[in-house]
Amino acid sequence: MRAPLTWLAEYTDLAAGARGVDVAASLVSVGLEEEDLHGGDITGPLVVGRVLEFEETIQKNGKPIRYCVVDVGQNGQMVTEGRHQEIVCGATNFEVGDLVVVVLPGATLPGGFHITARKTYGRMSNGMICAEDEIGIGHDHAGIIVLPRLLGEEHVADVKPGDDAIALLGLGEETIEANVTPDRGYCFSVRGLAREYWHSQGSPAGGFRDPALIETPQPNESGHPVVLRDEAPLDGVPGCDRFVARVVRGVDAAAPSPAWMQKRIAQMGMRPISLAVDVTNYVMLALGQPLHAYDLDTLGGPIVVRRARSGEKLTTLDDVERTLDPEDLLITDAGDGGEGGEGGEGGSETVLGLAGVMGGASSEVSATTTNVLIEAAHFDPTSVARTSRRHRLVSEASKRFERGVDPAIPAAAAEMAARLLVEHGGGQIDPGVTDLDHTSRPHAFRLELAEPSRIVGVDYPRERVLQVLRDLGAEVRETEDERYVEVTPPSWRPDLVNDSPAPDYAEEIARIDGYNNIPSITPTPTEGRGLTHGQKTRRVVADALAGAGFTEVLSYPFVAPELADQLMLPADDDRRRAVRLANPLSEERPLLRTSVLSSLVDVLRRNISRGQKDVALFEMGLVFRPGGPLGRAPLPSVAHRPSEAELEQLYAAVPAQPRRVGIIATGLAEQAGWWGSGRLVEWSDMVAAVEAVAAALVVPVVVSADADHAPWHPGRCARITLTDGTLVGHAGELHPKALSALDLPPRTVAAEIDVDVLTTASDRAVQAAPFSTFPAALTDIALLVRSDVPAGDVESALRRGAGESLESVTLFDVYEGDRIEAGHRSLAYRLTFRAADRTLTTDEVNGFRDAAVAEAARAVGAVQR
Amino acid sequence: MSGPNTNYDPVEVSALDPENVDAAVADALTAIAAAASLDDLKAVRIAHQGERSPLALANREIGALPPSAKAEAGKRVGQARGRVGAALATRQAELEAERDERILVEERVDVTMPVVRRPFGARHPIELVAQRLVDAFVGMGWEVAEGPELEAEWLNFDALNLGPDHPARQMQDTFFLDPVDSGLVLRTHTSPVQIRTMLREDPPIYIVAPGKVYRTDDLDATHTPVFHQIECLAVDKGLTMAHLRGAIDAFVKIMFGEGTRTRVRASYFPFTEPSMETDFVCFACHGDPGPDGCRTCGGSGWIELGGSGMVNRKVLQACGIDPDVYSGFAFGLGIERALMLRHGVQGMHEMVEGDVRFSRQFGMEV
Ligand SMILES: [Zn+2]
Repeated sequence: MRAPLTWLAEYTDLAAGARGVDVAASLVSVGLEEEDLHGGDITGPLVVGRVLEFEETIQKNGKPIRYCVVDVGQNGQMVTEGRHQEIVCGATNFEVGDLVVVVLPGATLPGGFHITARKTYGRMSNGMICAEDEIGIGHDHAGIIVLPRLLGEEHVADVKPGDDAIALLGLGEETIEANVTPDRGYCFSVRGLAREYWHSQGSPAGGFRDPALIETPQPNESGHPVVLRDEAPLDGVPGCDRFVARVVRGVDAAAPSPAWMQKRIAQMGMRPISLAVDVTNYVMLALGQPLHAYDLDTLGGPIVVRRARSGEKLTTLDDVERTLDPEDLLITDAGDGGEGGEGGEGGSETVLGLAGVMGGASSEVSATTTNVLIEAAHFDPTSVARTSRRHRLVSEASKRFERGVDPAIPAAAAEMAARLLVEHGGGQIDPGVTDLDHTSRPHAFRLELAEPSRIVGVDYPRERVLQVLRDLGAEVRETEDERYVEVTPPSWRPDLVNDSPAPDYAEEIARIDGYNNIPSITPTPTEGRGLTHGQKTRRVVADALAGAGFTEVLSYPFVAPELADQLMLPADDDRRRAVRLANPLSEERPLLRTSVLSSLVDVLRRNISRGQKDVALFEMGLVFRPGGPLGRAPLPSVAHRPSEAELEQLYAAVPAQPRRVGIIATGLAEQAGWWGSGRLVEWSDMVAAVEAVAAALVVPVVVSADADHAPWHPGRCARITLTDGTLVGHAGELHPKALSALDLPPRTVAAEIDVDVLTTASDRAVQAAPFSTFPAALTDIALLVRSDVPAGDVESALRRGAGESLESVTLFDVYEGDRIEAGHRSLAYRLTFRAADRTLTTDEVNGFRDAAVAEAARAVGAVQR
Repeated sequence: MSGPNTNYDPVEVSALDPENVDAAVADALTAIAAAASLDDLKAVRIAHQGERSPLALANREIGALPPSAKAEAGKRVGQARGRVGAALATRQAELEAERDERILVEERVDVTMPVVRRPFGARHPIELVAQRLVDAFVGMGWEVAEGPELEAEWLNFDALNLGPDHPARQMQDTFFLDPVDSGLVLRTHTSPVQIRTMLREDPPIYIVAPGKVYRTDDLDATHTPVFHQIECLAVDKGLTMAHLRGAIDAFVKIMFGEGTRTRVRASYFPFTEPSMETDFVCFACHGDPGPDGCRTCGGSGWIELGGSGMVNRKVLQACGIDPDVYSGFAFGLGIERALMLRHGVQGMHEMVEGDVRFSRQFGMEV
């Protein structure tokens, strides 16, 4: 919401010499965030110009450029060279003869942008034809300002080239813009901002002059008939609880609105349009009360405020035909059939507009209108909000009604508008005054005076609290118990009306007193238990992988349905059961990932496309595993804690989201260099990475072959489990077909492991085992086994057979070739033995070795070579 | 070796002449000094100390002397052999030292050659910033709470006083699950973790909740559909806005350094009342942007931190906590923004694209 300083100053006393920045800072101090400052930062010459001729050429970049000659009166080149201004312009939204805004060399535009004559696109440009954003009156940069379009044809009738555009557009005056939070609807008015500024100055007596305090005539029976008929109030709240209608007859709607009003409307960031529209907008900006002006002669009968009937249609002022919803509140004209018309029996019943949101085209005030009806009503915020959202229609009116408009001011607003219409368009105000007022004053709240101090942590004296409440406009009644007062909030503060407004009042006291008076006290919790085991586990996993050379990345979990096929997942694979978004950002990726790898592949591909050849990545994150169709999460009441049954239902409806780590790598695992050639990454690097993680957590894992787990290579996929068989994950090389479908390099390797499983498995205190200080004895064996016997099985057999003195088994050579039987391979192992209590003898060691070999022979058919 | 010579012949024992002994010593010392290498010295040793050396010969002749002459000749030859031996030992030590020195020089390598064969890994800085904040709060006695990212609508909205008419519940900001009446959304903030904690635990509650959140924004320089927040919630007896300020001040110091001042102003959020907005003094210009302005804070001298407030009574009620007994506060901020500010990251793209060059800049700790 904006407010020019000159306008604010009408309603409140600005501090002596206060500039825009000062006023904005004062408003910040009472909780109105500064959004922007407009105006006051342009120094001339900024003048009106008329385009006399231009030559358009298309530049090499395809952009059209116009070399213009502009009449800027007795300025610029006319003074120095006796000819019109030559200006280069990149916009094309104007014609020869248009009145434009020209900034001449020597001027400074907002942001300290100094204008000089300079060569551009091959010719001298002596200044610039301005767009709205360049002079700070809007954000439009689509083209330059064409004055008749900005101000209206009739308003530029007297404007001529050379006129000072700073004065014309009110750019010399500063306008502050504040961000208004949803609880302060009243600040969508200069009245509201002036009140807040007054608070920021300590609310001095007489320092705020309420523009809504104007004398209004008594309502009578001779006004335009209005019927409030809401058969279906939302949550029991009537859609309209106040409707003021005033009529002005004989007005010249084509008369221009006064320049001062146009200027203010432009300063507020809106466009002057016509007298009737400008007046209603002006009053809305001044008081915060949205108004609507109707051409009275288009109305056939009483105005009826009612809900829409299903199937009803309305063409709104933005020329969009809208199908109405039975929850939409409407302003209708009952037509000459009178107001009885349910179902349109009069035949001429007309929908005039969506109440509080936007009017319809049929009753719009036009240049030929002579009799105007002004509507100043008060609508239910919820009803307006829903209609606005339903039709995706946000208007100045809906913005205000949604946040709450002061129900006490419709009569004053209508009176102010009527007077302005007559003053500038002639005619006279009808004596008939309609004011259907069903509003009631809010109930008083019993406020404990110590409560604000208790909430804020500042010791506010009783008198200070009372003073602030009164300054806010609340009615304060002292009670017999001096610890309490009865507070009735002012009519413009609907946010202070709720079941327990004490915190709201505390906020009011704190902000008027100054939020920065609140001290800073570090809270001191007592029983911190540190990170949980799961939280620590995740750090260990991530640090272990980063330490092993993998780089952590984060990916978006949105995936395409085709991905399951690219990953070659079988039809019944659980990873095909994905959750679908109702409103995905991209229709191509509506699913949530069921594995980390499914989105990690995108990141790998992106790195490769940027020229990275050797990439090793990991990501830890949640995956979404619904297991079946989504249930329905309940929406219990928020008035109290849900029942245990409701909570159980709530939690159960949320799909499982296990935490996984995905690892993926391609290219060289070890770089080439002066030491020799590098080493390509291979399946074993992935198994090693998983083992590194498991070792960091001291979780023993078992590696076995898994010939059937997509998207891995059937011959190069390790299945990793805990010793009890619980699946930890898979690691190895990816399937060549999957890699080709995913557009990833051949031989890309990957792993995915379940962090939750590792967390559970590592959640115990590791017990120290004693270790021997006696010497170790080594012995080597070579075993001939069939090629399809996994080395893991051979090693297990050796360990079983060797007994408890075995310290380690190392596979130090694998041979397949001519020197041994076909279909077999030779595995060479070094066994290390060590006893806890003595030095082993050679005979003992040989005995253990023979036992190990015997077990390998029994279990996997190994033959010692 | 000959035995005592009973037939003493002065001619045959000329090697024992004092002149001859002195000359042998002089020859030996010259040769020793001239030995340039350990090999040379070995030859010198054989020639002047070996069995056929003049002094060895002289020594053997002693036996031929009459007993009266033996003592003197023995002493003379002994001294001579001692001098030669000492000179040899000294020269040996010198040459060995030279050799050792030379070997160390010869074995020199170029230690400036590149040596890293396996590239280093790195953590993602988003995680590291979260860890930094979490650790500091854990150090102050707070605990870390978490929750799912796919969340029940009730926990994400209703319980936080974001009723059915709240704008965030329209399709504009929130990812809804299909079917839309499933009552499930991708959480739009980490606040449902607050609700889950309050439903699970009795006060006092002091939790910090970092995590991933989702909004239906397209990726651009300042928006991303998936981003990270960190939120703090405290519920205890007697907590006031002063405690809220204290917690926020602690937070700001962890991120931007000791002595970072804050200022606060009133604001509005449905889940808090009173609500507060905090700015902290710009760490780049320290609040004084000067005439040339400041890119970090845009010239205001202050940087907006984020929203906070005292937990709305309705939120406490929905979680079964008596708002007449307990009060609470909550605050939070976007981790991406903190990363951008503290580490000069230019835009969202770098943080979300997963380019390894981005993460690697930060190593394992920020
Ligand atoms: Zn700064």
